Amino acid sequence: MTTSDVARNDWYPVAIDNLLTNGQSEVVVLMQEELTISRGNDGVIKVTAQDGRPCPVAINYGHVWSSIGQPDHALFDIPEAHEDGRRMVDCGPVRVKASPLRVVENFLDIAHFPFVHTDILGAEPHTEVEPYKVEIRDTVDEVWATRVRFFQPQAAKSAEEGQMTDYMYRVPAPCTSILYKTCPPRPGSWDVIALFVRPISEDLCDAYAWMALYDETSKQSDLVQFQQMIFLQDRSILENQIPRLLPLDPKMEVPTRADTTSIAYRRWLKRKGMTYGAQLVAR
Amino acid sequence: MGLQLYDYVLSGSAYKARLFMALLGLDYQSVSIDFHPGGEHKKSDFLQINPAGTLPVLVDGDLTLCDTQAILAYLAHKFDTTNQWYPTNDPVATGRILQWLAFAGRLTDTAGAARLHDMLGRSLDIDAARKGAHKALRELEAHLTEQGFRGHAFLIGSKPTIADIACFPYTALAPDGGIEHDDYPAIRKWLIAIRRLPGFIEMPGIHRLHDMRDEDGG
Repeated sequence: MTTSDVARNDWYPVAIDNLLTNGQSEVVVLMQEELTISRGNDGVIKVTAQDGRPCPVAINYGHVWSSIGQPDHALFDIPEAHEDGRRMVDCGPVRVKASPLRVVENFLDIAHFPFVHTDILGAEPHTEVEPYKVEIRDTVDEVWATRVRFFQPQAAKSAEEGQMTDYMYRVPAPCTSILYKTCPPRPGSWDVIALFVRPISEDLCDAYAWMALYDETSKQSDLVQFQQMIFLQDRSILENQIPRLLPLDPKMEVPTRADTTSIAYRRWLKRKGMTYGAQLVAR
Repeated sequence: MGLQLYDYVLSGSAYKARLFMALLGLDYQSVSIDFHPGGEHKKSDFLQINPAGTLPVLVDGDLTLCDTQAILAYLAHKFDTTNQWYPTNDPVATGRILQWLAFAGRLTDTAGAARLHDMLGRSLDIDAARKGAHKALRELEAHLTEQGFRGHAFLIGSKPTIADIACFPYTALAPDGGIEHDDYPAIRKWLIAIRRLPGFIEMPGIHRLHDMRDEDGG
């Protein structure tokens, strides 16, 4: 398998399912290739490439998924998405002039919270990232970070005061990151927040945030805007990261202990041969 | 019933109203409208409030205002007891302020449009939007440079007015649309002066100034 095949043969989000009405179509770009996503009057969604070839379609987690290649695996599972009582929130695509891999990596980072999401996801002087556990789970071929704890002034829309928040991170596919965090109104359960990223090119992407929450009181638009506020605080930082591509050469950037998840993610990408949006050798 | 703002967190125009109310120390109720991805501002419920389908909208009792610059003028008139933000007793200042409020519309139509294109994938002529934005920013830069020679930190004089509030967001957010601030040193200085104002609030894309430690360690 060549490196480009790993990227080509994966699933990517191409549309929000319930915003595509019958008889409507839209054009998006996936890895420099134009795809037309159309929903027939019978409600069935088809994805067609520029040369007319039909592309695979999967519908899950509020999104339409497709590929410019032939995925040899089903779309990853998010078991929590099927639990009763959760609210599903589509936060919409946001375009970022950055490598899709950098966007995923940023989503896995905690240390920036007090500085970028000040008084929401973090606040000075509570800047310490306590040691946590990171592993590449070979049986499922995923990166996991567990036992992550951080002080947060407003952990979620539903949070009324500052609290220590527990986190888990999961990377089930190179362009997808899922986080699990303490659910303020329901201690003992996890809120699920995912970032599904569609590479447009190696240094441009659309990022779709999606949440499955226990929250019976917040207005849907408030939930969407809370998440958009967080993500857009990251966007201007992401667009200024240099180099634009994610360096997989360990000599390129100096990590600290708080970056353990990022180190595992980069190592995992390299091992998989996922180099779309990455820079292999420092230059 | 107090002030109500139909609001969208990523809207630079809605942020003008939020920022000004914060600077005046006003309480208000924010009603979030799902501009993206839901497109709620173009749906019938919202069009009954504002037929133009634009945000923000300010409601104060029986009054509904749908134009951002009008909202700033109204809030200043009604709540600013210092008469600093919109000194209507001064005809020269009033004329100049109104001119900058109109100029703010040009920033929205150019830098704001480029941002919608680059950030939310809206289709429009991006080259024309960026070109128009740079033209407007060059005019703003020239004016702020002259103000600097006069020792004035803000658009009208030494104190901020609603003209500064109206022009601040889409100038500050211009890099979101691929329009960098590198060539505009006077603008960069002015953006920092506004971010230093007591009561300043941030929005996504406009970060607050982090406290600097005093040199003597105090």
